[in-house]
Amino acid sequence: MTKFLLSLAIMFMGNHAFAQFRVEVSGAGLTQLPIAIAPFKGNEGMTQKIAAIVQADLERSGQFRSVDSAGAVLDENSRPDLPNWRKQGADALLTGSVTRVGDDRYELRFRLWDSVRMQDLGGQSHAAPAAELRRVAHRIADSVYEKLTGEKGVFATRIAYVTKSASIYNLWVADSDGESAQSALRSVEPIISPSWSPNGNQLAYVSFESRKPVVYVHDVDTGKRRLVANFKGSNSAPAWSPDGKTLALTLSRDGGSQLFVLDVGSSSAEPRRLATSTAIDTEPVFTADGRFIYFVSDRGGSPQIYKIPAAGGTAERITFTGGYNISPTLSPDGRWLAYISRVAGAFKLHIQDLGTGQVLALTETLADENPSFAPNGRMIIYATQQQGREALMTSTIDGKVKARLAGQSGDLREPDWGPLIPQ
Amino acid sequence: MSKLILILALAGTIAACSSPIKLSEVSVEDKSGQASVAMKTLTPATTAAAGDKKSNVATLDTTAGAKSSTGTDALAAANARTIYFEFDSFAIRPEYQAIIETHARNLKVNKNQRISIDGHTDERGGREYNLALGQKRADAVRKALSLLGVADTQMESVSFGKEKPASTGDSEMAMEKNRRAEIVIR
Repeated sequence: MTKFLLSLAIMFMGNHAFAQFRVEVSGAGLTQLPIAIAPFKGNEGMTQKIAAIVQADLERSGQFRSVDSAGAVLDENSRPDLPNWRKQGADALLTGSVTRVGDDRYELRFRLWDSVRMQDLGGQSHAAPAAELRRVAHRIADSVYEKLTGEKGVFATRIAYVTKSASIYNLWVADSDGESAQSALRSVEPIISPSWSPNGNQLAYVSFESRKPVVYVHDVDTGKRRLVANFKGSNSAPAWSPDGKTLALTLSRDGGSQLFVLDVGSSSAEPRRLATSTAIDTEPVFTADGRFIYFVSDRGGSPQIYKIPAAGGTAERITFTGGYNISPTLSPDGRWLAYISRVAGAFKLHIQDLGTGQVLALTETLADENPSFAPNGRMIIYATQQQGREALMTSTIDGKVKARLAGQSGDLREPDWGPLIPQ
Repeated sequence: MSKLILILALAGTIAACSSPIKLSEVSVEDKSGQASVAMKTLTPATTAAAGDKKSNVATLDTTAGAKSSTGTDALAAANARTIYFEFDSFAIRPEYQAIIETHARNLKVNKNQRISIDGHTDERGGREYNLALGQKRADAVRKALSLLGVADTQMESVSFGKEKPASTGDSEMAMEKNRRAEIVIR
């Protein structure tokens, strides 16, 4: 199949001057909903451009294509000329406004229009201080996404990732577009494998600050944390059960890298062995129903992905294509397995339909790592190398729409996409 | 007539900027010429970000007073305590047997001496899987020392995976230097 590449570069002023957002669209057969997003009235001269943030979110999702709205003077109270917007190719139109209502207090209002059915699809108003305007913009993008696709939007979620810059490691908590990052942990030693708790309040991760890998559970709001796994040998690869009560993890305390489960509620909990092999068993991840754990093992001679009942039992091999398949992540509906597969010396993000077993390579990059599904199962965030630096990317599950996330300087790695934040 | 309604509607819009007027009360004229429809109310978002506790992240800084452990010790010192491995291998090559025997002798004489055996990999592949591979290398050295009579209580084998390369770069020479296990006296 001939692949053609179309690149759209959208420049907008973000947190950092000239933050760049780039969406790459490749492959034929895309169905995208064309939407026009009018500049929000009253937003002129402000740092955070609401329409641009919403537009970037919607484009990154792969479900939308933006239609030029330059020069449109509209807000949520306008009655737009829908037939004309339709003529310009827009099936939907978003209008809105930003109004200062007090000291560091703004009201954001929007209204969504369906220019095909000539309908007002409703709107909302949000009040927020300036520092929260990006988050509100993501909420607006979620509303639009949900209204027009019928599925949950994931733009107002949080991601965690790690940077290495000048020998300092930082664990960041950021918006789903990589912006508004706040450091949860700063260390001179490596940090790997952050994993969001199901309620989105805590991160489990592996820190090397005590000169060996140990696992912490860290409360993001307060910065308080607890050392949950510091057994003899290496402690790594934490993964939460869907009820947030237990962590599956890899311990070498009894020899070799083996899978255990640990009760996180109790500080004196003894880890319980999940599986026993003479091989490497690591990178556990629970299914959404908590009944199974997918993991990586080289018990068959090369690293492959297996599945085992969470209560223990017989492991079933899941990947059969390729000689090196690691870092499994599951879509919440259990239909898709994404992982990294080595192909001709390159490490590429792949996705497998667990129903049919069909496998698809999603990327053209050479050093992909650590994929994590968005909580609606429609996108995957992963780390890769671009121009000699480690960078974070998102991809739609068909691999057709990818975006490089903005973020901190240095090498960006180890992304984990947090859960939906309850409304 | 309809133009007038529009003007009134716009006036209402401007007023809305400063007063908490309900959007549902603003009547809007349809430019498309179709019958005017009552606009749906803007639902006040229950998710108003003002009360959004999710936006606060407290930073925990562990760097004060901390010094990064070196992954790049002077080669001379490293030679006496570093065992290098072939690609995808955990086998201790014969040329490293002397290093292991020297450490075994010292540890058996000094029963209070503790060591850490740190396994490392080259940069190819995933971080967690490399952590497990590095563990295999560290375990291989631990087992070799154990066979020579060193007590398990004196040793801890751990892994840094690909996190602490001794040599940066992706040349084969650099990667050879990174596939290693280091014996670290505590």
